[in-house]
Amino acid sequence: MAATQFQTPRIREYPTIPVLVRGAMAHSQPFVAKPDHQEPLGFPGELVDNWKEVALKRMGELLGKYRSLQVFLDICVKCGSCTDKCHYFQGTADPKNMPVARQDLLRKVYRRYFTLAGKYFPKLVGAVDLTEEVLWDWYKYYHQCSQCRRCSVYCPYGIDTAEITMAGREILASVGIGQKYSNEIIGKVYKIGNNLGLPRPALLDTLEGLEEEVEEETGVKVRFPLDVKGAEVLLVTPSADFFAEPHVDGLIGYGKVFHQAGISWTLSSHASEAGNFGLFIGNYENMQKVAMRVREAALDLGVKRIVVGECGHAWRVAYSFWNTLIGPFDFLDPAYPVPQHICEFTHDLLLKGMIKLDPSENDDKVVTFHDSCNVARASRMGDMPGGQFVIPRELIKASCNHFVDMAPETINDQTFCCGGGGGVLTDDLIEIRVKGALPRMEALKQVVEQDGVTHMAAICAICKSQFTKVLPYFDLGMDMIVSVHQLISEAIVLEGSEQEEAPSTSDTQS
Amino acid sequence: MSVLTILISLLFYASGLILIIGVANRIRIYWRTPSPLVIPTTPAPLTRTGVAARLFGEVVFFQSLFRGNKWTWILGWLFHFGMLLVLLRHLRYFTDPIWWWVDLIQWVGVYAGFAMVAGLAGLLVRRLVVERIRYISAPSDHLMLLLLLGIGLSGLMMKHLVHTDIVSVKQFTMGLITFDWQPLPADPLLIIHLLMVATLMIIFPFSKLLHAPGVFFSPTRNMRDTPREQRNLADWAAKLDETRHSGAGE
Repeated sequence: MAATQFQTPRIREYPTIPVLVRGAMAHSQPFVAKPDHQEPLGFPGELVDNWKEVALKRMGELLGKYRSLQVFLDICVKCGSCTDKCHYFQGTADPKNMPVARQDLLRKVYRRYFTLAGKYFPKLVGAVDLTEEVLWDWYKYYHQCSQCRRCSVYCPYGIDTAEITMAGREILASVGIGQKYSNEIIGKVYKIGNNLGLPRPALLDTLEGLEEEVEEETGVKVRFPLDVKGAEVLLVTPSADFFAEPHVDGLIGYGKVFHQAGISWTLSSHASEAGNFGLFIGNYENMQKVAMRVREAALDLGVKRIVVGECGHAWRVAYSFWNTLIGPFDFLDPAYPVPQHICEFTHDLLLKGMIKLDPSENDDKVVTFHDSCNVARASRMGDMPGGQFVIPRELIKASCNHFVDMAPETINDQTFCCGGGGGVLTDDLIEIRVKGALPRMEALKQVVEQDGVTHMAAICAICKSQFTKVLPYFDLGMDMIVSVHQLISEAIVLEGSEQEEAPSTSDTQS
Repeated sequence: MSVLTILISLLFYASGLILIIGVANRIRIYWRTPSPLVIPTTPAPLTRTGVAARLFGEVVFFQSLFRGNKWTWILGWLFHFGMLLVLLRHLRYFTDPIWWWVDLIQWVGVYAGFAMVAGLAGLLVRRLVVERIRYISAPSDHLMLLLLLGIGLSGLMMKHLVHTDIVSVKQFTMGLITFDWQPLPADPLLIIHLLMVATLMIIFPFSKLLHAPGVFFSPTRNMRDTPREQRNLADWAAKLDETRHSGAGE
């Protein structure tokens, strides 16, 4: 399964709906998980002999457990509103990447085995038998979906393809066809505590290095504590923040914010990962098991608050699911929401005047903001609907003087996925990642050309990694992508630092 | 009493029962299937009133569809609200004396029949002509539109071209609901109209027509965005927690 040659899609002058190219992405599928990746998650090591029976049984169980699946499989009227909304469809023209067609891969089988019409009149209602070919179609096309929920915004019934994709992946893993990338990573969390497999000594080493780096640069001793009992705040952040670029600059930003606000905090080596790939594979038990480490760490360290670093799907799981999965949080300080997003945290401090930002420090940049799909359409920040759009932008505007938004139909809840979310951020899927990035790249190119945008800020580890990789395919610099807290890191006025002498003009946020 | 009257009467009782029991059964399934996780498409309302307003916007104005596709929106809206008025107008055949507001909307209901048929025709053309929509259509998707078009057109023809004996029709329908059967006029257009309506009633609970009750059960539209404030725990998930707590010994 060597990386195939492919053409980077051309930037369209006016985004148009592509003409269907059947089978355009039928060759795309991720590496299949080996028994070593499957078994720690409770899945069979390889395709079981009675897979058909097992798959249908699992489907039946899921139908009884998830109202979303049961209702969504029944009520789609095939109106077509979603058909042109998926970034993967726009980038590949493969009809099976239209959200409704992606759902239909599962719906056709559901109709055949679970509905009267499909049992007796399969041809009439488009029901099909579950064959090995269908199974592999699931495997291919449920790994060309980033579970970004953009389609659900435009559906008259709110049908969310992510729910179908998750069910599809869960059934596949249950018969022994898991995805190597996601399942191997979940195994690392169980064994070591984070997606990257960074053990405690490596984390300590990295954090000490960061302390030296910040002191060298600013003259201020900013601490990056690990496993400190009795700290006020436990920060749970994606492990990419510990070493990947531009993620680590965001982590430096968090550290500076905590330092300047004088709030004691700690990272945890046990819960050294905010990401939760249990979401991607659609498996409740694994998602809960990954999340449980955060509860354990918070109890063990005796913290009063939990703050989550910049990560899209991690924030969805934390904000929307943690209370269900690992709550209740009656052992934490009820004065603060649990969990709190780092952007909410910083924004709050800014409003209270506990930190000061000097936007002129970022005068060399013209910044735009990429709304990450899971933050935009599956969670919230602050106390009002849509706070997830306002708060990060307020932070950016407070930390730099030049901010421009991309086209309105590509931001806020209409944002396009980076192309790498939902468990497809792996090299074996590079083609779909590049093609799926097309709509975001088009919107970005537009503001680069019209407004001279130099940087795109994001609050998601996956977005940051994905853009670093795909920007060059579209002739844009890979270092265009920055963390929101990287901008804050530049702009924050640290007491006792050389930066402090710079003229303070922090009143620009309105 | 003719064989025809008996057959059609029995057919309507049967299809009525299938419709009511079938839909009730689906609603029961939707009702008792839990939503273990909080998954509204955000930004989402924080209150129950907010959720009611969101659903109202979906059901009455098709607001998400409006954002998605203007053509489908206008055609779909013409069809659905045309049909709603036509159905309300048809209450005159089931009420005696006719309710005052049914009389009041009589004239609108007559025009609404044209709107309904126009919307349906547009949707059918779209389904045939737009490549993406053709790709996702099964034979049943086309037939459903044809069936509704047939009902609308046969109704319009009886109203405007080949008048049927409407007084006898009303005697028949009133007889049906009072279980005092009356003869049905042997008008081919009327028989076709009634047969198609009965067919629609029968397929309703087994088809995508379930979108009508289903939209109210869609978790992405009917859930509040308050996961941090309220713990949402399904029964089956709570059972997992019990085993976790007894096992982990926290």
